[in-house]
Amino acid sequence: MTPTTASTTASAADAAATGADRAAAPALLIRGGRPYGEDVADVLVEDGTISAVGPDLSAPEGAEIVDAEGCIVLPGLVDLHTHLREPGGEEAETVETGTRAAARGGFTAVHAMANTTPVADTAGVVEQVLQRGEDAAWCAVHPIGAVTVGLGGERLAELDAMAGSRARVRVFSDDGKCVSDPVLMRRALEYVKTFDGVIAQHAQDPRLTEGAQMHEGRVSAEIGLTGWPSVAEESIIARDVLLAEHVGSRLHVCHLSTAGSVEIVRWAKQRGVDVTAEVTPHHLLLTDEEARGYDAVYKVNPPLRTRADVEAVREGLADGTIDIVATDHAPHPADAKDREWDTAAFGMTGLETALGIVQQTMVDTGTLTWRDVARVLSETPARIARDLDQGRPLAAGEVAHVLVWDPRPAAEVDPEEHASRGRNSPVAGRTLPGRNRLTLLAGRPTVRDSRLAEH
Amino acid sequence: MKHLTGIGDLDRASAIELLDTSTRMVATQERQMRKLPTLVGTTVVNLFMEDSTRTRISFEAAAKRLSADVINFSAKGSSISKGESLKDTALTLRAMGADAVVVRAPASGAAHKLAHSGWIDVPIVNAGDGTHQHPTQALLDSFTLRRHLGGEQRDGERAGSVDGQGLDGLHVVIVGDIMHSRVARSNVQLMTLLGARVTLVAPPSLVPVGADVWPCDVLYDLDEAIALAPDAVMMLRVQRERMLGGGYFPSAAEYTRRLQLTQERADRLPAHAIVMHPGPMNRGFEIAGGVADGPRSVIVEQVAAGVSVRMAVLFHLLASNAREES
Repeated sequence: MTPTTASTTASAADAAATGADRAAAPALLIRGGRPYGEDVADVLVEDGTISAVGPDLSAPEGAEIVDAEGCIVLPGLVDLHTHLREPGGEEAETVETGTRAAARGGFTAVHAMANTTPVADTAGVVEQVLQRGEDAAWCAVHPIGAVTVGLGGERLAELDAMAGSRARVRVFSDDGKCVSDPVLMRRALEYVKTFDGVIAQHAQDPRLTEGAQMHEGRVSAEIGLTGWPSVAEESIIARDVLLAEHVGSRLHVCHLSTAGSVEIVRWAKQRGVDVTAEVTPHHLLLTDEEARGYDAVYKVNPPLRTRADVEAVREGLADGTIDIVATDHAPHPADAKDREWDTAAFGMTGLETALGIVQQTMVDTGTLTWRDVARVLSETPARIARDLDQGRPLAAGEVAHVLVWDPRPAAEVDPEEHASRGRNSPVAGRTLPGRNRLTLLAGRPTVRDSRLAEH
Repeated sequence: MKHLTGIGDLDRASAIELLDTSTRMVATQERQMRKLPTLVGTTVVNLFMEDSTRTRISFEAAAKRLSADVINFSAKGSSISKGESLKDTALTLRAMGADAVVVRAPASGAAHKLAHSGWIDVPIVNAGDGTHQHPTQALLDSFTLRRHLGGEQRDGERAGSVDGQGLDGLHVVIVGDIMHSRVARSNVQLMTLLGARVTLVAPPSLVPVGADVWPCDVLYDLDEAIALAPDAVMMLRVQRERMLGGGYFPSAAEYTRRLQLTQERADRLPAHAIVMHPGPMNRGFEIAGGVADGPRSVIVEQVAAGVSVRMAVLFHLLASNAREES
């Protein structure tokens, strides 16, 4: 099979992470599944590449046959917002454990946020993260670069050096902190045009959220936790879409969480602003009511909002205002959560439960089709990140990053079974649908029947 | 009732029962020998992670008058100030054999966490958590209200028993920093549970967003509230530190002009109306000194009621539960 355009332009990350195994992997026939949840078609994978898609394909001699009857076949998922914690936060997660979690979740690529120790604000750090991803080889790891030095919000990091490094960074974010200085944000947006980069903004006005613990509203008023008002997110998004329009650059809004934010992004898109937005699985499912028991597993930034906000972000995802689902997977050691709410860490795990939540909230409700799921969890995140090797069609000639998802079984989420070091799953004890039948990374199985396939 | 972490742990009947028990405790405090043998052999820990001499002393007196052993564990100089977590502190107290923990903490929800995280399995009494709840303060406030204004005695002599009664028909105005007040939150819940009408008065910047669903009215003008002829006015302490950094209001002078309970404002209250303050007071700020010391003031009585109410709470959590188990 000759390499396709896609695979020849694959990022260094993918090539190195997957190339070594490509030739050795035996042929594999995914039989009876439904690509994109549509008509039944077999998918034949040879030499790491999809060699044929169609009904009733015959298996080459020696090929493994995977019975995918009743399953959905999707391009491997791509997460644009992952905290792998390494370097510096290895008690919470490592590149190895985080990418194992990603594979179990059906992901074939993750974008690793820059808020590590040291911060990923130099070519050296992003290349280190890249290398660790290649060594782990559970999925492609694309480092995200910091926008400002040390996430300090004061001066730009050397963005071009990161872009030109072996990690080929295209997404820049101070996630965890907002680039709140409007001049600095403007400069960052302008500067990344050099290499078609994008600024992924953590939209949070710092002054409006001093000491903030949870969504500001009826629940916070009652239980006495300092409020994180919706306007602190919305005002930054409004400013940023206008800045992006003014300088003609690309903006990506991280973890959009409020009904007002959906309205602002919808308005900006109507104006032609080059803005994309993401929503997390937890913001599609959970509300601020969860905070009533002071269980800090529900403490997250931006906070869980109201039922009306949940409805609005679902609508926004359905109508395309919100482009993608990204996990904001944020593992923490148990001690960082098993404490008073005020002093507990922000963040929840998400990689291993993302697709189950999306199926439950969006597909099983008839809001999204499986083809939409491929768009919001694979194709568009890859496109935003200019990740040319991922989020590709399930078609002959494409690199075989494939997820076979059985939507029928349902199971109770037990964080103890997760590959992530984090046990801070906000859906622990809930029943979620679906099972990762098979995940292929360039044709090599990383997961079979929701268990990691060691390599 | 296993714990008292907030007014949400009570229903009307159990709240009234606590007030009735408090009345009986008051009677015991009028005897020459005030100490009761009820809790001999039990150990009550006062875990105070935030300074509060008044509340700690009140709980200590309550426990000691029921013959419990009291251990005071306060933040300053303790392992907490060295960074020990609430969880480790709870495990330590469990290992030491505490029979009940009275907790005051700067974090909202700290008492709830102690009660429900499995770190320690003894009754937890919330002595104030962050900006959340202060249930014994609310109980002593309702106790004081009922004693003065309860039932049919409002316009007549104070006589006879108020046992079994709530606060039905009373109108209480609570004035001040509602946003940061655990006293206000607990009082709104308990007073309305007992049948009273509550009106909050505060500058809009000190009313929490989301308070619109609370079972009370919110006014911005103290004179407007006084014109409603309430039966009681409770002034909350204004935390001066909230003025500058937070900018919740422009100046002390502007605050006192609009919201101080001055003698002139107090004179406009109905004859029977009482003036309350959970303490500590800023005389001359939220309340004029003359009003605090004046004939309407029941502020010192509130303090006395505090001991009796806390005796009642400890009695119900420790003595009654033990009786039920045996």
